[in-house]
Order: sequence, then structure tokens, then C-alpha cells
Amino acid sequence: MKRAHLLVLAGLTAAVAGARCGGSAPPQQVTPQTNDDSAAAERARVADSIARAEAEARAREEEERLRRQREADAMAAAGNTTEAMRTLLGTMIHFEYDQANIRSDDAGVLDQKVAILQANPDTRIRISGHCDERGSDEYNLALGNRRATSAKQYLVSHGIDAGRIETVSYGEERPLAPGHDDNAWAQNRRGEFEIIAGGEALRQP
Amino acid sequence: MTAVRRSGGLAVGLAVLLTAGPPDRLTAQDTSAIDRGVRIGIVYRPGVRPGLVVLPGGGAGLDSVRAILARDLDFSDRFELITLPGGDSIRITAAPPAPALPARGAPATTRAAGSEKRAGSGPASLNYPLYQALGADFAVAIGAAGDSTVVTVHDVAAGGVRRELRARVPPPKDPGFRMAVHRLSDKILEATLGVAGIAATRVLFVMEGKVYMIDQDGAERKLVSSSDRQAMSPAWAPDGRRFAYMEFSAGHGQLFAQDLATGRRTPVVTTGSALDFTPAFSPDGRTLAFSRATEEGTDLYTVNIKDNCCLQRLTVGRFSDNLSPTYSPDGHRIAFVSTRSGLPQVYLMAADGTDQQLFAPFDYGVTGSSNAPDWSPDGQSVAFHRDVGGTLQIFVLDARTRAVRQLTSLGRNEDPTWAPDSRHMAFVSDRSGYRQLWIIDLETGRIRPLLQQSGARLPAWSPRLPEATASTP
Repeated sequence: MKRAHLLVLAGLTAAVAGARCGGSAPPQQVTPQTNDDSAAAERARVADSIARAEAEARAREEEERLRRQREADAMAAAGNTTEAMRTLLGTMIHFEYDQANIRSDDAGVLDQKVAILQANPDTRIRISGHCDERGSDEYNLALGNRRATSAKQYLVSHGIDAGRIETVSYGEERPLAPGHDDNAWAQNRRGEFEIIAGGEALRQP
Repeated sequence: MTAVRRSGGLAVGLAVLLTAGPPDRLTAQDTSAIDRGVRIGIVYRPGVRPGLVVLPGGGAGLDSVRAILARDLDFSDRFELITLPGGDSIRITAAPPAPALPARGAPATTRAAGSEKRAGSGPASLNYPLYQALGADFAVAIGAAGDSTVVTVHDVAAGGVRRELRARVPPPKDPGFRMAVHRLSDKILEATLGVAGIAATRVLFVMEGKVYMIDQDGAERKLVSSSDRQAMSPAWAPDGRRFAYMEFSAGHGQLFAQDLATGRRTPVVTTGSALDFTPAFSPDGRTLAFSRATEEGTDLYTVNIKDNCCLQRLTVGRFSDNLSPTYSPDGHRIAFVSTRSGLPQVYLMAADGTDQQLFAPFDYGVTGSSNAPDWSPDGQSVAFHRDVGGTLQIFVLDARTRAVRQLTSLGRNEDPTWAPDSRHMAFVSDRSGYRQLWIIDLETGRIRPLLQQSGARLPAWSPRLPEATASTP
């Protein structure tokens, strides 16, 4: 586009210069006059090519925009799936006081994780067991370990390879709810799930 | 003679002193021993703690020393501390009876020290009948001689100087000052009652995921763990120079041994790939017992901490938890917690893992969880905490008879740790409204706060500390 403008400018300057030098011009001034028609034709030709180039560029831009849009849409869709799968994998489970067995209302949560882990065989997770503050500090490390192990055993018994799941216990050392009442304790007696590998793009089961 | 004195440190003591004894025995003994013929007397009244007065005066710059000494002696819970009415006014120094300073059989150094003291910091003699009337059995005078601090321990009943103690106490700004005074306090306890004190000891504990250390009198709290990772379960080495603790790393629990003087920490071999926790040194300092949590449950292991090698497994409790080991002081046995019968309870085994048996009896289905055992340094008792009606209380198990008695009842009380004298104990309690560290004396039942700050827990009381560690900042 810029180059086209420059051409037009050059043409115009040449024409103006020729006209201005009209009357008292030396003999060589004849040459511009004989070229007058061809200059106009040249101008038209240039203008045409500019318009054509501009149209082409517009089309290309539009095409590029649409392509980008399509790509973005696709990525967003995949991202949404990954995000949704991550959320499901990360859903916590909870435990009764001084217990490590899986509650029946948490079995569904674990079943979802089984399906996702089966659809994404490269994904590895870490389960951490946590306790409320009521028990003994050091005993809670053992209890948290039993909770994490119990969640792992559930997943393994439903078909997930044991090597894909690590377990860890934090006892009562990392409470989620800061309070000191039944509600806070119930929230803190939990199993957390964290993706430690293969979580970049998760497929829906 | 020493034996007689020591037994005198119990409730009733007979101080039998013989002048006719061989001179070398006297020199081997205390330098300022009372030396006035045969004396038989009851020094301590049964069931009553001997009275002790810390005398005022003694020169400039000694107020801090006196304050720390007086508090240490008070915190020993072995004396009735007598406060003098009106301070200095009651001190009558020109006592009618001649001071019972060493005359015969005492070495020359003592005599020199005695005369120096007379010259430097006032008379060494007291109006003993007056202090006796106030209920004092002992009077402690503090003075200075040269660059030494001189503590004169008077035996008020006998009317003489029991002992003269000298120590180089650095200036109060020096980091070694307080510990030097604590050592002096322990020497006073030794001179008066013939027992070893606990003034020169410290307590490790955890607060906000970090390990701290504090003097037994609640002063000089300082951070000792060197990393930002969450730490738990500090445990003293028997030499008082190192401690072990557990630290959370990414998904694991690793054990470290840290030197207190240098701060250098060494990872304990084989730990760090699983969840390893609750370390405990054997009394000879060679072995570290700990718990390891795996998918099979939690089991007890030992490593050779001296050569940092040789992992051994002590329990095989498939799908049960075995944790919190504590050695008997002779190193032959380990008390620990096991969930083998359901709730955690206190069990016993030989140090090699054989002969496992129940230690603290319980009623199945009635008695609550029992945790955090700590074997007393005298070997006689194991303290632990037990769930009583939804809260925790401290219990003491008699290691011989296996009788269990409840020690606390107010608030929630947990994680007991014995002092080296086996009569004091630090623990965590919320009796004041929030969880903090307390110290209880089992003989008198007296309780005092160790640290008035919320969130301190998992205390570990040191053994009697060696000089080198104590003077290190």
C-alpha cells in the first residue's frame, strides 16, 4: 500500500512540473506533453492495482481472523474440558472423626476420579490425608496416612494402577478451615487430590 | 559422708559430721564443711520444704544474678522461699557467734577464698538465730571477688557456712550469662540438698511450624530450625548437643539431626523417601528410633545415627500404626503407641523389637486413645496423654507396677516431657484459654507457665546441658 501511494505521488509531481513549465519552456519541454495520455493511463492502472491489492489484503485479513477465531474456540473448548476434569480430579473427600474409611457419599466422587484417570492414562496424582486438631499431633500423621492410603486403595481397587498414585499425610498441620468448631473440624478431616504429572490436557472420559 | 548427706536430701535427713575423720576425706569433701564436733540434728522437717532466703546486698551489678538465682531456686520447687520484710533492714551482719569458717583440715585455697570474701563483700557470718526464727534453713549470699561471682551458702540450723561457690559469670549482656547463673543455681541445690537441679536445662518446642528453644525459666527463646519447611517433633540427643526433628518435604517427611552449637544439620539416612516422623534417641546416643508411615500402616524402625547407616525394622503391624517410641533410660526397652487393638494405646517392647506387650492397661471400649509416651529419666514412670471424655489429660504409668494415675484434669493437657530430675514435666495445656506450654512439679503439684504464647506445642525437655553447648549463643 505504501509503495502504491509513493508511485501516485511521483506521477503527480511529474505532471505538475510539466504543466508549470508551459510558456517559456526550453525545447525539451515537448517530451512531457507527448506523454500526457500514457501518464493518465498509467495513473488508472496504478489505482486499479492499489484497489486490487487492498481487497486482497482485506480478504486475507478476514481469513486470518476467522482462522484465529476457530483456533481460539477449539482451544477454549479443550481448556474447558481440562479445567473441568481437573476440578473433578481435585474434589476433596471427607472423613469421620478418627476414621479413615471412605464415606458412602464420597464414593461417587472417587468413582468420577477413576473414570478420568482411566481416560487419561498418563496422569499421576498425589493424595494427601489431613486431620482435625482434636487428636494427638503426632498420631494424626499416622491417621492422615491411613486416610490417604484408604482413598488410594479405593482407586486401585477400581482399576487404577497403584504406581500412578502417591500418598502423603500432613496430619493436622495444614488445616483448611481456621476455626475450632464442628464445622471447621469436619472440613479439615479431608483427603486432597493433586495432579503431579500429565495434567496439561485432560480428556473427558 | 556423701551418702549420708544425699539421703538427707530426702524428706528427713540426719547430718552426721565427724571431726575425727581422716583429713584427706575432708579435703575431698566440700571445702567449707561445718566443722564443730559431732552434731546430730534433723535438718528437714518431714513433708515441709526447707526454708531458703536469698540475702540482699553483695555489691553492684549482682541484681540480675540474684534475681535469676532466686527464681531458679523457687522453680526447683524444693524450697520454701522466704521473703525478707523490708529488704536490707533485717540483715544483721555482726552476728554474735563466731563464723564457722574452716579451720582444721581445710586446704589453703579455701582459707584464701574465705579471707578474700571477708575483705571483698562483707562478713560471711549471719545472725543465724534470727534467720532460723524466720523459718530459713538456708541463706544464700551473693558477692563478687575479682572477676568471680561468689555464692555463700549458709546452713542456718547449723549456724555456719555450708559451702562457698565461685563461678565466672560473664556480664549480663553476654549470651552465656543466664546459663552461667543457672549453673550456679544448680550448684546451690547440690550444696544445700545434695540433689542435681534442672536450672541449666532448656526446652525445645514447635511453634508455627518451626523449632524453638527456651530456657527452663522461660527466658531466651530463640529459633533453632534453619529451614522454611514445616517442622515437627524435636527430640534431644542424650549429650544435649544435638537434636533430631522431622520436616515435611514435597510429599514426604524427613528426619534431620542438628548440631546446636554450629546449626549444621544432617539428613538422617534412609529417611525422606517416605513419611518418617517421631524420632527418639537411644540413651547411648547411637541409635535413632522413629516411625515410618507407608501404605501398610505405620511402623517403628531404627537407624544407627552414629554412622548414619543400618536401617532396622522393629514392628510389623500390617495395617496398624506403631509410632512415638521412647527409650527406657537403660536403653533396653522401648515404650510406643500402637493401634493393634483398635484405638492407640501404650505398648512396650525390647529395644530390638521382640517381646511386644501392652504397657499401660486400658478397658477395651471404655478407655480413650492414649498417645505421646515419654519415659522418665529415672526409669520409674512413663507419662502420656489419654482421651478422657473428648479432651486430653496427662497420665503417669508406673513402669514397675503398671499402675496408671491421672495427673491433670483442668482443660486439655497433652504432650508431656520429663525434666532430667524426673519430678518436673513440661506439657501443653489450654487451661488459660489458649494452648501454651506449662511446667508441673509432680511432688508439690505446683504449675507455672513456661511460655505465655499461643500455639507452642510438642515440647522436649533437654538433659542436663554440658558447658560447651550452654555457653554457645
